[in-house]
Amino acid sequence: MPRAIGLVFLLFIAGASVLGSLAVGSVAISVADTWAALSGSLSGPASDIVWKLRLPRILAAFSCGGLLAMAGVLLQVLLRNPLADPYIFGVSGGAALGVLLAMLLGTGAMVQTGSGLAGAIAASALVFGLSFRTANWNPYRLLLTGVVVAAGLNAGLSLILVLAPQTAVKGMLFWLMGDLGYAEFPLPALLVLVTLLIVAMPLAQAMNVLALGRIKAQSLGVAVTGIEILLYGLAAVATVTAVLFGGTIGFVGLIVPHLMRMLGMSDHRWLLPSAVLAGGSFLTIADTIARSAWAPLQFPVGVLTALLGVPVLLLLLAGRGNAAR
Amino acid sequence: MLRAERLSLGFPGRRLLEGLSLEFCPGQVWAVLGRNGSGKSTLLHALAALRAPQAGTTLLEGVPLDTMPRRRVARHIGVLLQEETHEFWGSVRDFVLLGRYPHVRSPFGWHIDDEAVARAEIESLHLTGLADRAFATLSGGERQRARAAALFAQRPLVYLLDEPLQHLDLPHQVAVLERLAHEAREHGAVVVMVVHELLFASRYCDRFLLLYGDGRFAHGGAQEVLDASHLGELYGFALDVVEAGRDRLFLPRRA
Repeated sequence: MPRAIGLVFLLFIAGASVLGSLAVGSVAISVADTWAALSGSLSGPASDIVWKLRLPRILAAFSCGGLLAMAGVLLQVLLRNPLADPYIFGVSGGAALGVLLAMLLGTGAMVQTGSGLAGAIAASALVFGLSFRTANWNPYRLLLTGVVVAAGLNAGLSLILVLAPQTAVKGMLFWLMGDLGYAEFPLPALLVLVTLLIVAMPLAQAMNVLALGRIKAQSLGVAVTGIEILLYGLAAVATVTAVLFGGTIGFVGLIVPHLMRMLGMSDHRWLLPSAVLAGGSFLTIADTIARSAWAPLQFPVGVLTALLGVPVLLLLLAGRGNAAR
Repeated sequence: MLRAERLSLGFPGRRLLEGLSLEFCPGQVWAVLGRNGSGKSTLLHALAALRAPQAGTTLLEGVPLDTMPRRRVARHIGVLLQEETHEFWGSVRDFVLLGRYPHVRSPFGWHIDDEAVARAEIESLHLTGLADRAFATLSGGERQRARAAALFAQRPLVYLLDEPLQHLDLPHQVAVLERLAHEAREHGAVVVMVVHELLFASRYCDRFLLLYGDGRFAHGGAQEVLDASHLGELYGFALDVVEAGRDRLFLPRRA
């Protein structure tokens, strides 16, 4: 079972990326000390750094990466489009508009999160309502509606950036590029990730069938419309959660599912867990590089995922072209 | 087994089929004949409850299809669509296994029986050497064979096939038709297929449904409807009949 070996390997990578990242940072702490701090046998500043600074951020990174990768998998089935990514239904734009509006008004973190949540829900409900309204549903309408709504929201974002005072703009740009520096309580994100995975796994076989097309899936006994609405809902919750914890981090949701498929994990029973593990590990490692490589300068992790993601995606597209010939 | 009751099909402003009432009985092999756009595929979709008819119902063993859960329908009715996906990320084996979906017992894995059925169907369509290849890398004919294998793996009682012979080479056209005839003869299956190949239709089918595309239809055995005047009117093309051994050939008249 090569797929089982692959999954075990990914589990190992996930564990290693989390533990390794705990040991890396502007204050050098050895792996042995990190382990001691985690198990409670070490106290003092090293323990505080591991527990209060690094662990929350690493858990947030892992959860966001896993959520984005899962949303990518779900949407690529739903839209039967290999280039679908978690941001097509306006979730990121809606959340960004909400958060930036709250930042503009100078409110606290709680209000910003609430406002972001409201924006994300409003935008995804708008896209959902417009694209599922007609009986003759098709993926293209959802894609186009998402793109159009996102364009409108982007215009709003630009307006806010122009109107905002100079001092606030940097924080806004960091948020827009995706930054995990403010994630202090990552447990809700981790909980959402685990819950969504538990809900999605029993649907994995139906997703395999749905990949054959709507009508064929119906003829094989899939209640297509119900499953599609469920997939949309799961993907929306995953994306909203990730965006609220890490801003709009790009490329994870797009490239991780493709990489997993290239490794032979095209069956959704294997693809879902492996994409979650790989997405989590990828973002954890990327965030560790972003916060430590140029310390004390901190980069928004979204810039790093894009810098890593663009070449990978281009290679992938070049490879697709070769396969077609 | 499968019954159409006062079935009317069409689009707003266009009637394709008006009031078809017909029983498809176990062991029968039906050919649906007609010109392009005459409603053959639309009829197959309506018979499989994949699209709602303008009027009328389809019943399986006396139960209206639209009141049955999809999975139960799928355990009895297997459909081969005219156009199925070219994009599938998995292997040929994964693809054929999906035909077992209506029968799966666990949402997480395949039963060993499912794998055995899939393996047997892969072999019956001579795909064993290709089983581990990515579906997307197959040729058109090989893909059509994989689709047929998935359909046979579904083990339905009613086969609804939309141009099952497309892309297939001659030996595989015959192999698929022989298999369908075998399913009807030995297992009492109902086979309904849309075909354009009149020779194969007359060889392998015992019932014929002619759709004229303007609401009218005709059906019956070869003696009743498979003649130059019926088919000439159906296709709007003059035909000559040639008897060749046990076959009756319909040749389009030279312009």
